[in-house]
Formats: sequence, C-alpha cells, structure tokens
Amino acid sequence: MTKTNLNRRSFLQVTALAGGGVLFGLYPKAAALAQGARGAQASLQPSSFISIASNGLVTITAKNPETGQHARNMLPMMIAEELDVEWKDIKIVRADLDAKYGSQFSGGSTATPGNWEPMRQIGGAARHMLIAAAAQTWGVAESECSTASGRVIHKASNRSLGYGELASKAATMPVPDLKSLKLKDPKDYKIIGKTTIGAETKDVVMGKPIFGIDVTVPGMLYATFQKCPVYGGKAVSANLDAIKAMKGVKHAFIVEGQPITGNFMTSDPGLEPGVAIVADSWWAAQSAREKLEVKWDEGKWATQNSVDIAKKADEISKQPAARTLRKDGDVEAVYKSGAKVVEGAYIYPFISHAPLEPQNCTAHFQDGKMEIWATSQTPQNGRGMVSRILGIPENNITIHLVRGGGGFGRRLNNDYMCEAAWISKTVGAPVKLLWTREDDMQHDYFRPGGFQYLKGAVDSNGKLVAWQDHFIGYGDGERFTASGNIDGGEFPARFVPNFLMQSSVMPLGLKTGALRAPRSNVYAWVFQSFIDELAHAAGKDPVQFRLDLLSSGTPGGMNAERMIGVVKLVAEKSGWGQRKLPKGTAMGIGFHFSHQGYFAQVAEVTVLANKKIKVNKVWSAGDIGSQIINPGAAENQTQGAVVDGMSELLQEISLKNGRVVQSNYHQHPMLKMSQTPPIEVHFIKSNNSPTGLGEPALPPILPAVCNAIFTATGERIRTLPITKQGFSFA
Amino acid sequence: MIKLKVNGVNRQFDGDPEMPLLWYLRDDLDLKGAKFGCGMGLCGACTVHLNGKTVRACSTPVSAAANAAITTVEGLSSDGTHPVQVAWQELDVPQCGYCQAGQIMSACALLAKNPKPTDADIDTAMNGNLCRCGTYLRVRAAIHKAAELTASNTTKPATKPVAKTSRAGANLLPRNSGKK
Ligand code: FES
Ligand code: FES
Repeated sequence: MTKTNLNRRSFLQVTALAGGGVLFGLYPKAAALAQGARGAQASLQPSSFISIASNGLVTITAKNPETGQHARNMLPMMIAEELDVEWKDIKIVRADLDAKYGSQFSGGSTATPGNWEPMRQIGGAARHMLIAAAAQTWGVAESECSTASGRVIHKASNRSLGYGELASKAATMPVPDLKSLKLKDPKDYKIIGKTTIGAETKDVVMGKPIFGIDVTVPGMLYATFQKCPVYGGKAVSANLDAIKAMKGVKHAFIVEGQPITGNFMTSDPGLEPGVAIVADSWWAAQSAREKLEVKWDEGKWATQNSVDIAKKADEISKQPAARTLRKDGDVEAVYKSGAKVVEGAYIYPFISHAPLEPQNCTAHFQDGKMEIWATSQTPQNGRGMVSRILGIPENNITIHLVRGGGGFGRRLNNDYMCEAAWISKTVGAPVKLLWTREDDMQHDYFRPGGFQYLKGAVDSNGKLVAWQDHFIGYGDGERFTASGNIDGGEFPARFVPNFLMQSSVMPLGLKTGALRAPRSNVYAWVFQSFIDELAHAAGKDPVQFRLDLLSSGTPGGMNAERMIGVVKLVAEKSGWGQRKLPKGTAMGIGFHFSHQGYFAQVAEVTVLANKKIKVNKVWSAGDIGSQIINPGAAENQTQGAVVDGMSELLQEISLKNGRVVQSNYHQHPMLKMSQTPPIEVHFIKSNNSPTGLGEPALPPILPAVCNAIFTATGERIRTLPITKQGFSFA
Repeated sequence: MIKLKVNGVNRQFDGDPEMPLLWYLRDDLDLKGAKFGCGMGLCGACTVHLNGKTVRACSTPVSAAANAAITTVEGLSSDGTHPVQVAWQELDVPQCGYCQAGQIMSACALLAKNPKPTDADIDTAMNGNLCRCGTYLRVRAAIHKAAELTASNTTKPATKPVAKTSRAGANLLPRNSGKK
C-alpha cells in the first residue's frame, strides 16, 4: 500500500486487490486524521475511486447524488480522460452515503469547480503508475511509453499491455508526486469536451425502478404524514381509532415532533409534528387520510395573510430602513443635482420548488440500526438530523443515495427523511413515506418573496450615477430568513459612484430555502429590470447602457471583462439592433453573475391581444471557464434553466389564514412544450478553471423577457407573477 | 373481480375498483415506470396506454380498465430498442428523467396515429406532459427522430415481423397494445 498527499484536503492511496486488480483511492484528510486518532487507520476508505480488475474492467465510483445534472457522468469523465481509457469501456457505479467518499453533496453548482483538479489528478496518477509498471516489466524507460484506450504502449518495440494485465504490478509502484504530475494538454482531450450520454438514460427510458419513489424493501409498509397546514402547528388529537379500523391501515399515530422551535432562519427545522398513517398500501393509507379529522393547535401564525404582509411592506418602505448594508458616495446629493431620477417598487412572491417527484423516503429500523433510501442532495446533513432526533449513532445509519426526480434545491432539506425514519422506528418495520403533490407544495422551503424599493438616477450624459435599494424581506433583527438574505455587494455595487443598499425585515411563519440559483433567481429580475428602466430614461440602447456600466467598475467580486464578453456575444448572436422587428415584437436583455458563472440572455417576444405573450426565441451566452465538460448535457441544462426561469414568471405561493393557498400544478404552473421557444446556447471558453452550470444560466431570462415586454408595450413589469399585471404566455 | 391485460399478460384484480390504475401498476404489479407527479391529471407523469390511447393512470380507476389492454413503458420493449426509446437515448433527452416515461408513452400514441407529425402536431399531443426540468426541445426533437427511425425501418425489407405491417407507424405501437 502506498500513499501520497494530493492537496490540502486529500491524499491518494493505492491498494492491491484480490485477484490481481488495483484500487486507486482518494482519501479525505480530515477523515484520515479522525480515524488515526482512533487508531483505526486500516479501515479508512477512499473518497472516490477507480478500480482496475485483472480482466481490464475499469470501474469508477460516482460519489455525488444525482437529480438530473449529469453529475454522475461528469466526475467519471474527468477521471477517465486522464486515465486514458475509452468512455465505453468503463463502468460507473453509484456510491452510497459513506464517510469514505468525503463530501457527497449536490447543490450550489459546486460539482465542477470542486472536483476539476482532484478527479483529473487521481486519473493521471493511476495512469502514471500503470506506465511505471509496464516500463519495469519491459525494462524500458517510462518516457518511452505512452497510453491509449486502456493500454500502455512501447512504440519502439511494438509492444503493449492492457491496464488489467498491469494492475497488480501497478499497485506496487511508488505513487507519483502529484504536484509535478503532468496532466493532459486540453487539446488532446478525448472525453472532456465531448458529449457523453447520461449513465442512467437507458434505465430512464425503460422505466427501470431507479428513483426514490420506486424503492421497495421486503415487508415494507406505506405511510402518509399529515402536517398542520399552518407553520409550527401541532396535532392535539385525531380520530385515530376510526382510522385504524379502516381497510389496510396498520398504524395511525400522532407525532409530537422535535422541531428546532422558533428558528425559522434555519432551513432544516427538525421533525415537524403531524399525524402518521401506515398501511399495507399507499392507496390505503391515503384513502384513510381523507377521513382523518385532526384537532390542531395552529399556534401563532394562524392569522398570517399575504395581503397583510404586502401592506406592512408598503408601510415599512415609507420609514427609514432598519440597516444600511453599503453606502458609497451620496445618492441624495445626486437626486438634488438635477439628474434624471427613476423610482420603482419591485415585488415578487414566494414560490415552490415543485420537483416532479414528490418528497419520499424509505426507512428501515432494525436492531438499533437505521437503513435509509433517500433522494437527498445533502445526505450527510440528513444523517446528522436523524441521529439527533432518533438518538441513533451516526455510524448505525446507512443511507443509500437514490436518483431524485428533480432537486432544484428542495432536496437540500431532509424533513421527509426524519419523518420516514421516525415512522419506521415507531412501527418497527420498513416504511416508504410518500407525500402527495399537495404535501410537497404546501410544506416546501419556499423561495422567499420580497419587496425592493429602488431609486436611481442618470446624468445628462446618460450615465448611471446613483442607485438605491431598500430591500424589505423576512427575518429577525440582523438575521434574514434562509435564502432571503441580501448584501451590499449586489450588482451594480462598485459600478455606480453613489450607491446605497439598505434593508428591513418582517417576521415570517413559513419555511424558506434555496431554490435553484438562490436569491439570484429573482434579484437578477429586480436589478436587470431596473437597469433597463434607467437605460430607457437615459435614452440609451439597453445593451450599450449595460456595456457602459460594466466598463465603469472598481476591482473586486465579479470580473466585468467576462461579463462584457457574454453580453457582446449574446447581442451579436441575437442580432440585437440589427433586425427590424414587427410592431408588438421586441427584444430584451438581462445578464447576471452567480455561482461563478457569467450569463447574458436575450429574449425576442411578441405581445398578442389580451396581453398574451409569445416568446419567439431565446439566445444564451455563458462563460463558465475553459471547458464545457459535457457539451450535450450543458446545452440541455441551459435550455432547462431558461424554461425553468420562464415558468417562475408565472408562479406564486400565497398565504391565507396561515395556510398556503396553492396546492397543485394548476395553481403553480410550469411552462408547456407549446410555450417553449427555440433556445440557442453559446459558450465562451475563457482562460479560467471550469465552474458549474446547474444554476447560473437561469437568472437572466426573467428580466430578458420582462424587458422585451416593456419595449414591445411600454408597460413595465414590476410585480411577479406577470399575471398580476394581466400578462400570460400564449 | 376485474380482468385486464397488462403488457400482454392477463391479470385479475379484486381490490378496491376505485383505486387509481397507477397504484395497481406500481405497487401491485411492481411496474414502476409510470410515475406519480400530481395525482390530478395535471402533469402526465403517469401516462400509460389503455387500448392504445393515452390515459392518466393517477386518475383512472382500475374499474375503467376492465377487459382492456394496458401498456406501460415497460411494455414497449424488453431492451430499450423501441424506436422511441432509441431516439430518446440518442438525443439524451432526460435530465432528472422523472417525466420521461410519461413523455414516451404520449409520443408513442401520437406516432402511432400520425407517423410524421409536425412541430404543431407534437405540441398539441404533448402539452399535457409537463417536464419540470424543461427538456421539451429535446422531447420534440426525439419525436421527429423516432418518426425518421420508424420510416427508415419500414422501407427496408421486412426483416422483423413488425416491419411487415402496411400501416405506417404501426411499429411504434408497443407490443400487445390495441384491443385484443
Ligand atoms: S400523476 Fe397523473 S397526471 Fe400527474
Ligand atoms: S426530465 Fe425532469 S421532469 Fe422531465
């Protein structure tokens, strides 16, 4: 066994496998230290690995959860490239949650930037050791050897050996110094930058049982869980005896819950109270639930209404803001100087993640051990919560990572996991908990709504000289509700000499959380719409106004050059200002920087009778670094982000008497095929390390569409959903 | 007692006749292809064929399938080689994949009656199938691709029994669908 340091966080260890294979494992250093302290070094497991069997089969373990971003392809692609094997010859296996894999997390567009170096290094190191093994076998210099398609080649003597044949010897070679390890020149890439088909695409099209909802365990029962429709409410009593007498019902009981009370700033509130019904089929449990009568203690939020919240925000907007987050120059002085002043109140609602697969989880408690099958994007957090709430040590909890039918941030939370685990432990049997769509929509961690009161000014040259935002959101004192925060650095901070960002918060009895491109998904709409207002006030072309603005920044944060690049590219590709458009048709632009990605999008929109909107076409330009690792998947992600963003223009979650009003897709719509425009996807390959794509392609489309509507109609959309102002998609 | 045929296999059901077909397929027959998305006929994730026509299994009681032939995505092929499945793989349509069985079943039903659909035909036929991940452009392209694959199959000499049919697009009908 040999090992070497890889970087600050991990080291590489190589182990001979029984039967002549070799295992290259990447080990988390933190875990190694912890293990070392307990003197159990031998049981340490790799954080991700390649194994090469003596028959040449290369297996790569994909450690991250998959909810549709093709992460399960991408990480193995990086490894396979540097290992120099054919993509078709490798087998990808799914990892369970295990400390040995280090961080297993899907979210924040982190998979690419976090793995780009280590995944290529582990592949490159393995290749190096296979070369060393071959060179020693043949008695030639390593430098005379090359690799191709899973073989080491000695050209001079026309000899070659397959990786499988070299595996056992490779295990005895010294591990190379990774700092001096030469990785491939990108121009030689055969896998990175070429489209690969999703590892599970075939299973998907065949209807194979690969999703969370498909899990079955022998002897499994089915559960439904009714929570109080008002946040924080508790079940006092229920007609449990009547429910238990119903066909198929095995158990019905009240769950007290272990909420992390009074802390709505945390997105994971622990185990919420409710009533569980467990039956021999889900339909039986659900049918019984329709007869369930619960007396709730609705708690203190039972009078919460969206209309009152909006009134309160309006009142607050007339008072001085509670906090100042950033102040540059003096906006007031500019307003008095005779500059052209524009004001606008931007209002946006809570919205739901609504992934197509409702939350579900299967749990099996037996002999003090908990086994869980979950679609969580953060299985480590889930295990921690289950451990705390049920009092089971973490090492007695196994979590199988099952494909999720969409995540969008919803599966960053583990409420359903706590519920399933609790119910299984209570009834002493394996249980599949499945929420209805209504449960999913009404007990979400909503994208926070908010109110932003903007004021800005352009001088006589049409230059943006003042920008002021009073952000009114939710929270307590200096704290914002989860994913409802704002800071002073939001664009156009640093690009406008007189800048004032202030905030006030209101209390809220509702869970909130991260939705795909959290904060950005709606702040881009606010900022890029208001920039458009100022561009029109200045009498400038909206693209030119943005380019001028981007050229006036001071250093720090976003790289303005990269943003200028994508704005110019999208203007060029869309023929901005070059085509004569018929009356009622116009183009709009938006750009946004988030999750290290630079995106600009243009929408061409026709407004028909009755304010029906047809989006004719969308152009997207992005800069996420030097490589688009899987171009086909990148195009799919980007188009999906545009569709998702357009859907968000239609969505709203509102509150009445403490309850979420919307319950299913008819009240929280998403775009349909007939409403989906052609979406042209372009990337700039810049000289920067590759970054993620799951999120940053979404935010610009919202303002791009609304800005086009303004140009076409003269009506500015300052309230979402667009239906509030009478607009809808044709 | 309800008798029906599912993917060519005769079945008998003596449970609650009001139970939606979806739960019979998924939980009794262990055919997990059809998915639960909304339970209200709003999303199309549960789409299956009843005598060759699409139905939303979440809101179709088992009683409505009495004496009918049901086809689920599992009934299209045993190896993913149905032309629609092939097209879907070639274009790598899925993101999360959850809606795709429903999309595929709607696509098959469309192609069976309209072997060369236009974009507008496709939009009309597919508008009830929502995709939360927004793969619509690829779904549409894959339907065109499947139409091409099928057309080129049927013009070739009949090597497979399925190509012997005179009805264009008939090999897009899954095995065992249609009235029996
Ligand atoms: S689950 Fe049947 S239409 Fe949505
Ligand atoms: S691929 Fe995710 S819902 Fe369609």
